[in-house]
Amino acid sequence: MKLYLIIVIAGIVLTATFSAMAIEIRFAMPDFQSGYSLPDIFTPDPPAGFGTWDVAILFGALSLATWLVLKKRSRRGLFLLGIASLPYFGFWRKGCICPVGSLQNVTAAVLLPDVGVSVLVVSFFLLPLLFALFFGRVFCAAVCPLGAMQELVAIFPVRISTAIDRSLGLFKYVYLGVAVLGVAMGAGFFVCRYDPFVGIYRLGHSFNMLLAGGVILLLGVFIARPYCRFLCPYGVLLGWMSRFSKWHLHIAPADCVSCRLCEDSCPYNAIDMPTPEIPPGERDHGRTRLRRMVWLAPVIILLGAAGGALMHEPLSRMHPRVLLSERIAAEERGLFEEQSQESESFRAGGETIESLHAEAVALRGRFKTGGAWLGAFLGLMVALKLIGLSTVKERTIFDPNRETCFSCGRCYPYCPVEEEVRET
Amino acid sequence: MSERKKLDRRDFMRGAAAAAFAGATWFAAGSKAEDTVWQLDPNKCTQCGRCSTHCTLNPSAVKCLNQFNICGYCDLCFGYLHPGSRERDTDAENLLCPTAAIERKFIEAPYYEYKIHEERCIGCAKCVEACLVFGNGSFYLQVRQDICVNCNECSIAKACPSEAFSRVPASKPYLYITGDTPPNVVR
Repeated sequence: MKLYLIIVIAGIVLTATFSAMAIEIRFAMPDFQSGYSLPDIFTPDPPAGFGTWDVAILFGALSLATWLVLKKRSRRGLFLLGIASLPYFGFWRKGCICPVGSLQNVTAAVLLPDVGVSVLVVSFFLLPLLFALFFGRVFCAAVCPLGAMQELVAIFPVRISTAIDRSLGLFKYVYLGVAVLGVAMGAGFFVCRYDPFVGIYRLGHSFNMLLAGGVILLLGVFIARPYCRFLCPYGVLLGWMSRFSKWHLHIAPADCVSCRLCEDSCPYNAIDMPTPEIPPGERDHGRTRLRRMVWLAPVIILLGAAGGALMHEPLSRMHPRVLLSERIAAEERGLFEEQSQESESFRAGGETIESLHAEAVALRGRFKTGGAWLGAFLGLMVALKLIGLSTVKERTIFDPNRETCFSCGRCYPYCPVEEEVRET
Repeated sequence: MSERKKLDRRDFMRGAAAAAFAGATWFAAGSKAEDTVWQLDPNKCTQCGRCSTHCTLNPSAVKCLNQFNICGYCDLCFGYLHPGSRERDTDAENLLCPTAAIERKFIEAPYYEYKIHEERCIGCAKCVEACLVFGNGSFYLQVRQDICVNCNECSIAKACPSEAFSRVPASKPYLYITGDTPPNVVR
C-alpha cells in the first residue's frame, strides 16, 4: 500500500515537473543491468579572476601613457605603448570589455532598474575619464586598442579642412545619443554591434562588419583615426573631461616662440593657432553675433526635441519587439508569402499577437519621449558649437585643442624649443 | 592673487566633478554588481541553426550537450541517424550530424550511449530538433563558458529569433532543460 502511494506521488511529481517544460519523456530511462553509470556532463565555469588584473594593467598603461605624454614627451614611446596595447586589449582580451563599450553597460545600470554592472566594467569606464580630467586624452594616445590600430595604419595622413573635420565630428554626438537611447529603451548595445574592429581582433565576424573594419582602416591610412574623430561615442565624454584637464600636454616644453613649424604637424586639426589681432569694430560685431547665438540656443534645442519626437517611429524600429510586431502585422495583411524565423518562433510560443502589438505601441510612446531627449541633446550640442564659433579666446601661442587632441605626440619633434630645452 | 584664487576654484571644481562623477556611477552600479555571462534557455530554443552561424567565434561557442539522465539510450536515435538511413551504423551517409560529432557506443541490449565530441560540434541544433520531436529531448544547446569570450553584446543573442539568450549570473552559468542541475554534472 505504502509503495503504491509512493509510486503515485512520484508519478504526479514527475509529470508536474516535466509538463512545465518543452520536453516530453517518450522513452523511459533504461534500467541498466550491467552496472553502467551515467557519464559526466562537462560544464566548465567561465574563466574567472582575470578582471582585477585587467583593471591593474589598464591603470598601469594609462599611467605609463601619461608619463610618456607629459614628462618623457616621446612620440616613439607612445607608439610602442600603442603597439603593446593593441595585442593585449585587442587580440588577447578579444576587445571585450573595452571602455568604449562599457559606456553602454554603465548607462544601462543607471537608467534601467533591473540591470547591474560589475565593478570591473565601472572601472574600465571611469579610469580613462578620470585620467582625461587630469592629463588629457592619454587613453586615446596609446591605450585604446581601437585608437592604437588606427594610429598604426595612419601612414600618409592628409589634413582635411577644419570645416569638414568639425562637421563630420558632429556624427559622434549622434552616435552617442542613439547608443544611449538604444540602451535606455532596451533595444541593444549598438556601439558593440557596429564595432568595426572587434572582428579583426577575433579574426572572424560577419562579412559586413569585417568589410566595415577594412574600409575604416584603409581610409585611416590617409585620414588618420576616422573612427576616433567622427564616430567614437566614448571620445565625446573623454573630450568633455579633457577640456577641463589640469595638466594637458603643450607643444612647446617652454615658451612658444610662434615659429609656426608645428602648424601642419597635426593630422587631426587639433592645434589651435594664435588668434589674429581683432580690429576694434570687429569686436562689437562679434558680440552681436554671440548674443544672437545665445538667444538662438533654446530655439535650436526645442526644434531638436520636436524633431526627435517626430522621428519616434523610425527610431522605434531599433527595438526588436517593434520590428517583430510590424513584421507580424504585415504578414497578417498578406504582404509576405512566408513567415520570418522570428515570426515563426513567436507564433509557436504562448504569447498573443495582441499583447505584442500593445507592447509595440507602448514602446513607440516611450520612443517619443526618448526621441525628444535625443533631439534636445543634439540641439544643445549644435547650439554649443555655434556659440563656440562665435567666441574667440585670445591666444598667443600654438597649443593643442584640449577637447580634440589625442595626445599622440606627433607635434613634439616639430618644436625647436624642444631641442633647445634638451640641449641645456 | 586673483589668478591664484581662480586656479584654486578650478581645482576644487575639477575634484568635485571627478568625485561626483565617480560616486554617481559607483552608486548606480555598485548595488547590483554581479558578473554575468551569456546563456541560452533551451526551453525557448527553436533550433533555427543561427547559433552555428552568428557567433563571432568559428566554430561557435554554442555546443550541444546530452543530458544523460533523461536520455532514452535508444537503438534508433533520431538525433544520431539521418532519417531514411539504411543501417544503424557510423557510415557518413547514415549520420544526421554534419560533423560526425556524436559517438555511438553499445552499452547493453538494446541500449546505446550517445556522447557528443564538443571539439567537433558546431552548434547547428540538427540533432536537438530531431531528439525533441521524436525522442526525449535530452540533446540541447548551451553556451560553453570556457570557449565563449563573453561579448558585451552577444551576436547570437541579437540574431536569436526566439529571444532565448540572456545574461545569467556567472556563478550559475548553465540553464538545464529540466530546470534543476542533472545529477552527473561536473565542473
